[in-house]
Amino acid sequence: MNETVEYVTASVGEQLFGLPIARAQDVFVVDRLTRVPLAAPEIAGVLNLRGRIVTAIDLRRRLGLAPEAEDRKRMAIGIEHKGESYGLLIDAIGEVMKLPSAEREDNPINLEPRLARVSAGVHRLDDRLLVVLDVDRVLDIGSQAEAA
Amino acid sequence: MSRAAGPLVALKACSMDDLLREFLTETNESIDVVDVELVRFEHDPNNAKILDNIFRLVHTIKGTCGFIGLPRLEALTHAAEALMVNFRDGARVTSEAVSLILVTIDRIKALLDELERSQSEQPGDDHELIAELNRIAAGAHSTAAPGPAAPAQPSAGEVSPQELERALRAASGAQASAVRRAPTAAPEKPAAPAGARAEEAAEGARRGDDHADGKIAAKSIRVHVDTLEHLMTMVSELVLTRNQLLEIVRRHEDSEFKGPLQRLSNVTAELQEGVMKTRMQPIGNAWQKLPRVVRDLATDLGKSIEFEMHGAETELDRQVLDLIKDPLTHMVRNAADHGLEMPAERQAAGKPEKGMIRLSARHESGHIVIELSDDGRGLNTERIKATALARGLASEAQLEKMSEAQVQRYIFSPGFSTSQTVTSVSGRGIGMDVVRANIDEIGGTIDVKSVPGRGTSFSIKIPLTLAIVSALIVEAAGDRFAIPQLAVIELVRARAGSEHRIERIKDAAVLRLRNKLLPLVQLGTLLKLDGSDAGQVENGFIVVTQVGSQQFGIVVDAVFHTEEIVVKPMSSKLRQIPIFAGNTIMGDGSVILIIEPNGIAAALGSAALARTANAAGPDADRQADDSSVESMLVFRAGAAHPRAVLLSLVTRLEEIDVDKIETANGRALVQYRGQLMPLIPVSDEVLIKKNGKQPLLVFSDEGRSMALVVDEIVDIVEQKLDIELVSEHPGVLGSALIKGQATEVIDISHFLPLAFADWQHWKERHVAMARRRVLLVDDSQFFRNMLSPLLNAAGYAVTSAASADEALSLLREGAAGIDVIITDIDMPGMDGFELTAQVRRDPRTAEIPVIGLSSLVSAESVERGRLVGLHDYVAKFDRQGLVAAVKEQTADLAA
Repeated sequence: MNETVEYVTASVGEQLFGLPIARAQDVFVVDRLTRVPLAAPEIAGVLNLRGRIVTAIDLRRRLGLAPEAEDRKRMAIGIEHKGESYGLLIDAIGEVMKLPSAEREDNPINLEPRLARVSAGVHRLDDRLLVVLDVDRVLDIGSQAEAA
Repeated sequence: MSRAAGPLVALKACSMDDLLREFLTETNESIDVVDVELVRFEHDPNNAKILDNIFRLVHTIKGTCGFIGLPRLEALTHAAEALMVNFRDGARVTSEAVSLILVTIDRIKALLDELERSQSEQPGDDHELIAELNRIAAGAHSTAAPGPAAPAQPSAGEVSPQELERALRAASGAQASAVRRAPTAAPEKPAAPAGARAEEAAEGARRGDDHADGKIAAKSIRVHVDTLEHLMTMVSELVLTRNQLLEIVRRHEDSEFKGPLQRLSNVTAELQEGVMKTRMQPIGNAWQKLPRVVRDLATDLGKSIEFEMHGAETELDRQVLDLIKDPLTHMVRNAADHGLEMPAERQAAGKPEKGMIRLSARHESGHIVIELSDDGRGLNTERIKATALARGLASEAQLEKMSEAQVQRYIFSPGFSTSQTVTSVSGRGIGMDVVRANIDEIGGTIDVKSVPGRGTSFSIKIPLTLAIVSALIVEAAGDRFAIPQLAVIELVRARAGSEHRIERIKDAAVLRLRNKLLPLVQLGTLLKLDGSDAGQVENGFIVVTQVGSQQFGIVVDAVFHTEEIVVKPMSSKLRQIPIFAGNTIMGDGSVILIIEPNGIAAALGSAALARTANAAGPDADRQADDSSVESMLVFRAGAAHPRAVLLSLVTRLEEIDVDKIETANGRALVQYRGQLMPLIPVSDEVLIKKNGKQPLLVFSDEGRSMALVVDEIVDIVEQKLDIELVSEHPGVLGSALIKGQATEVIDISHFLPLAFADWQHWKERHVAMARRRVLLVDDSQFFRNMLSPLLNAAGYAVTSAASADEALSLLREGAAGIDVIITDIDMPGMDGFELTAQVRRDPRTAEIPVIGLSSLVSAESVERGRLVGLHDYVAKFDRQGLVAAVKEQTADLAA
């Protein structure tokens, strides 16, 4: 068992998230996004990343937040899931943090349900809370869209 | 020097890794080939070539195992080899022996797997297996006669066999026969030396073979998968860059870049093709293990199975191959276990004892189509229905309406399994949902066709990942999309007043394309995109598309050009959107979505229904389910109340300038398409307009046309027609509630003779020679009333039946008199398909052609029709099509 886990951190809305670096393939600026009509609202569209078609997931929407006011180029964290490529659209990329795995706690009871749904645990940092992203749950779109 | 188990520790880690990996790769491959060859050998035991091949492979494996120091593996291969020597010496090949060798192969495979996982050979006991092998070897060994003593052999214990072998290998290659007869647990056999010597001779011959094979082997090299992947990506980038350059140069008429760029383009295309080829592998690679699987199953289950494979050389992408291996194996096991019956049952059913499983593959327009069929008992539709019901997947009512094929498709539903018994062979029986999911992941589709008692056939269609398709690039609401060229019939720029114009009847936009009225769909609206202007339709670009027999127009804002694009399947999160078939990366690097014409056609169908629902209001539910919806053209002519006529009878809606109307003999006429067309007012109150445009309903038949003069075309309404008050008044069939208003439904057959007095006679003269008789089956009285005069006018005598049952009894009484049967498909009780099936079954009526009529013509229904024996399938509103179909079917009847 590793003592520390390295996380790529990013902020979405007011919240800081962490993704184990092993799962993050890359971080990139979203240049041209093709919207996909009739898709679930969390799916921002598809884009071309070095010849691969990547499905962009808008984390703000996924977490139930309103879309950003200004229309600027978004950043995304590229991940692989079940052989397919996805890009998680974030507000801003943070630093890489090395956090002791022993200090990862289960979701606190008072954690907002929207966050709890995609969270694999939290780290209490000095000044704020870091939510560890559960990638599998984040990508569990589609069935929920139907219900929506 | 003795070698302990696990000598690998003695060697340096890194060189061991390479060596081990090499060994594992090669040996795994060889073992796989041995597996396949053994099964072949069993069917063809006299084939010396196959046996030699097996022998050589096993021998090499044994040698390598000894060299590396894997005693268990070595001992196992050694014992298997010993048994095979007997075969070579002419011993009888028994099923038991082959099974045992196969078991040994399995154990070897297991050991290899362990080796790969843990980097060392697991300690274990193979005593029993080896003893068994030796026992059979001894027992079968009867033909080879003992010969003169072989050259001096090292006695047990002098030198370890492994060492000697290694030394000899190092010295002279494959010379190992002298020491192969090393002592094992069993005592030496006297005849063994003779066997050994015979082998020596053969060894010499084989060495020659090895050389030849060596040459072949040298023609291929191993390349790491990642290297190829990287190459692919780089080539894709190159192609994109090339496309970008082409676009730039395209804009400059005269450019010195054109020449070199053309050459670059050609070279890039060839490079791309070449690299693509490296990823392609024959599907036979995935099929390799199947004969063995079937053989083992047949033995375990006590069934006799013939397994055929066709098209093993069909190539497909390596990745796709990996993904379908397991689903295919699963399906083959299912077929053997659940599909095929026991030999006794088969015989009782009049089938050959040997069950047949057939696997085939072929390329078809950018896809690879794999079919797996068996001639077993077929799917139990009733059981599937029951399970679907039990699992709450459908209601009884829904199931009733479904075709057999639709019910059969439930086997693909998650968690569905109708096998009564859990067998160890295929686990819980079917599990086709998993198969479906796997195939879905690679962007493929799977379908099933089954006939009870006859067998089942699965059809899998997988896109070749590198499928390149010609597509038309269009724009709608600011976004670009690609429409596959294959589906596009033509491009039309609609302009008011031209031959191609958009006719708007309330909400329904229809394109008049020469003789036809095509439904239109606006792409932007369908995709719910903002920025698509519904008003643009009148002067829009229309892509006339065909799906099956349906033609329709897709309205877009702009049309660019045709391009060759590489189709990439949609992400799994987006695959369920029926409108899109995939996506692609364009020359400029942007991603655009590819339209799926089938999806648009389907959406068109439901849009029409939605329109109906909206128009009808509270009765919407009833009508949405109702299949006998008719299209009525509502108009005003003279009186205050609206009038209507069945739209299918109307050939054309016209609006002509009043100054084109001439008068002759008190009749109004107009020159129309090279003929004089009489204008008949619907009633005395209708007056031809004095100026402007006069709306007309044109009815054409057999090259003659007449026009009904009306005041105003009001609407086209789709609803079930119920003529409530039948009228005695000529020219009026009765009154019906259309859109809540009492509407007079006119009788066209009254007006036709008014236009041409000799209309009927003309018809009769025309076909006086042979008046064929048509049996018209339709539960809609109105429709029967409409079609009868139509068919009469075309020269046929018509007998009507209001239901399939009535039709059948009529046929029973006087089948001889009927030349053609025209039947509605969607009828309560027995539907048209069932009626057709019954007609086919009865020898008295089996020869009568049957034409099916339906408001819904889909590829599925056409297929169903074909299966039950329909000769033709016509859309209900295709009046001319119907007459043409009847003509065709009666054309070859004796006069």
